[in-house]
Amino acid sequence: MDFTYDDEQQALREAVRGLLKQTYGDHEARRQAVASDDGFDRALWGRLAEMGVLGLPFSEDDGGVGAGPVEIGIVCQELGRVLAPEPYLASVVHAGGLVAAVGTPEQKADLLGRLSSGEIVLAAADTSPGGRWTSRADGVRASLDGNAWTLDGVADPVVGGEVADQFVVTAALPDDGGTGVFVVAADAVSRTGYAAADLTRAASVTFDGSAATPLGEPGRDLSESIATISDLTRIMGANQALGVMQSQVRATTDYLKSRKQFGVTLNTFQALTFRAADMYVELELAHSMVDWATMTIAGGDRDVVADAADRVGLAVARAGRHIGQEAIQLHGGIGMTAEYAVGVGTAHLEVLDQWLGNAHHHLTRLSARVTDHELVEAV
Amino acid sequence: MQLELSQTDREFRDRMREAFTSTVPQEIRDTVLEGRHLTRDQIVESQRALNAEGLAVPHWPVEWGGQDWTDLQRHLWHEEMQRAGVPIPLAFNASMIGPVIAQFGSEEQKERFLPKTANLDIWWSQGFSEPDAGSDLASLRTTAVRDGDDWVVNGQKTWTTLGQHGDWIFTLVRTDPEVKKQAGISMLLIDMTSPGVEVRPIELIDGGHEVNEVWFSDVRVPGDLLVGEPGEGWTIAKFLLGNERVGVAPVGATKRALATLKATAGDLMDDPLVRARVAELENDLLALELTALRVVAHSAGGEPHPASSVLKLRGTVLQQAVSELALDLAGPASLASRAEDDSPQEGWARRAAPTYLNLRKASIYGGSNEIQRQIISRTILGL
Repeated sequence: MDFTYDDEQQALREAVRGLLKQTYGDHEARRQAVASDDGFDRALWGRLAEMGVLGLPFSEDDGGVGAGPVEIGIVCQELGRVLAPEPYLASVVHAGGLVAAVGTPEQKADLLGRLSSGEIVLAAADTSPGGRWTSRADGVRASLDGNAWTLDGVADPVVGGEVADQFVVTAALPDDGGTGVFVVAADAVSRTGYAAADLTRAASVTFDGSAATPLGEPGRDLSESIATISDLTRIMGANQALGVMQSQVRATTDYLKSRKQFGVTLNTFQALTFRAADMYVELELAHSMVDWATMTIAGGDRDVVADAADRVGLAVARAGRHIGQEAIQLHGGIGMTAEYAVGVGTAHLEVLDQWLGNAHHHLTRLSARVTDHELVEAV
Repeated sequence: MQLELSQTDREFRDRMREAFTSTVPQEIRDTVLEGRHLTRDQIVESQRALNAEGLAVPHWPVEWGGQDWTDLQRHLWHEEMQRAGVPIPLAFNASMIGPVIAQFGSEEQKERFLPKTANLDIWWSQGFSEPDAGSDLASLRTTAVRDGDDWVVNGQKTWTTLGQHGDWIFTLVRTDPEVKKQAGISMLLIDMTSPGVEVRPIELIDGGHEVNEVWFSDVRVPGDLLVGEPGEGWTIAKFLLGNERVGVAPVGATKRALATLKATAGDLMDDPLVRARVAELENDLLALELTALRVVAHSAGGEPHPASSVLKLRGTVLQQAVSELALDLAGPASLASRAEDDSPQEGWARRAAPTYLNLRKASIYGGSNEIQRQIISRTILGL
């Protein structure tokens, strides 16, 4: 049992942090990036590709780097720290993860190779309008005519869907045959982009007889793999949330030390410093859960990972509400402004949770299992 | 980063599991697991059984009965002990005065006290708090005045837990009223059978007699019972309280209490709101346990990691939260807490209200949770 990062992992963190600082060292740069047509910084995306960050999760045979979950978690934490709007979770972790899990060797080499090099952006379309977190597709249906597959229906929100070159779509198979995964080119769909509360982009994507290529063996029910990739994405989303929360606690303590009212700095007031202490407590407890959940992935047991995803999802959702709200409150009015990172971070935490699984969702699942075990074992 | 225990640590854990269940009698462990009160004799019997196996004071120096274990192994020892329902070795002996004498005591004090302290042949009490010195411990007023080779002690200590069983008491006393308040404090070991020592019980809100006032009236204490140097008491107290904070998050015991509650709750576990409360508590306890493991991994050189304040703060809150859930599940049956033994109400339900009330202490002792927030905001956040 070891909760420390090795030298290579530390070096990866330093390298990613350094690169992100060049682009988003100032929150104003993030504001400009989200206001641009793409909603993120293409030049940064290219440098992430050059560093191998976009190919981190994928095998070398598929054009990737073959790194482990801890390394991917480090990248997500660093992206969260600066509220980077790049669609790393959506494109690399989620959509790329689906391709890696269910694609044929040829499909993986093609799609993941081009994703890793930055040539294409993928987006996972797995949620129907008004839908919630499910591995069973209910908004998009697949049809087979001869050898040709087509998709019909609407997916929304599709995070990263505004800029995606290819969509990785979960769709209901004919004759109640479960859920398959398909690749659809962007020019075969119609889409409407929009900004979420944290100004990252998503899209509503309509499939209308859209030509689709099944990933992996055609017609097979892939719900299990879909669920596992959602769980992995949830855990990586928790890593990203951890980075956001670390920045918020840091920004809040710095502010309490510098902001003056009544002629003294705010850290003179115990009512405020105690609240900062409680933020730190939440942060450290969530941090432990994130490290733990990330480490469970290496064991390769999908039930263990599913349980860890629920546990860390609940933990970061609770901690995120506490820290996000307190960060704004302790900053006062400035925390409400769009030009200041703290309030935007609070919005980002909410977007991550509502996209990937909120406290209610995870607690519902954990409650259903609560009598299946006597004790929860950490190790 | 790696989740699994090493082969060595897994074997160590299995060895602990086996040792705790075979060493300590089932009846004592059942008493703990069901949340009933232990008698003095049970506590003594359990600690002596552990000590015979080298399991009572593993964190002491090896020459005084300690074990050359890693921090992680000590953590596993502590967790498995709670999991098995083995009473934790008496904190006043094993966690407080033992390490203090080993660190600051004279050779003569070590030989005289440490073996008997490990074996609970001496039951130690703690004489720190006073009516006007709680969180502000350094303002204590009990005095010790030199008279020949002896010290003469006058004053009053309070909140002395289980002082009614005490053979000896380790005290903080003011030996020099002229200097800065922290610098005038010394630690004295006092035989509680000395003339002038009086123990008076304090009844608590749970109806129990757990704490006491201890009065000192012209108590003569031989000079060789001062630990360290005169004026070193505050340094010793900080050392002792730092140790206390690390062990004070009862992760294993709280997990055990929640598991027992789940098992006894019966049909109530069909209620979705109950299930949600249990699930949330289990998740919070997991986060606490993992944080304890992280703190263990980062504690170097015996200095407590500053995040140990997080453990004390959240650990006591969760301990209290489980007792609140138990009380809510007990419902009307909890009113029978002081009924006769032939009450038709179930034992766990009758214990729920006193346990809930008793555990309010947890966020007060060992450095109140407000003191822990102060430590976090000052020491960790620099506020």
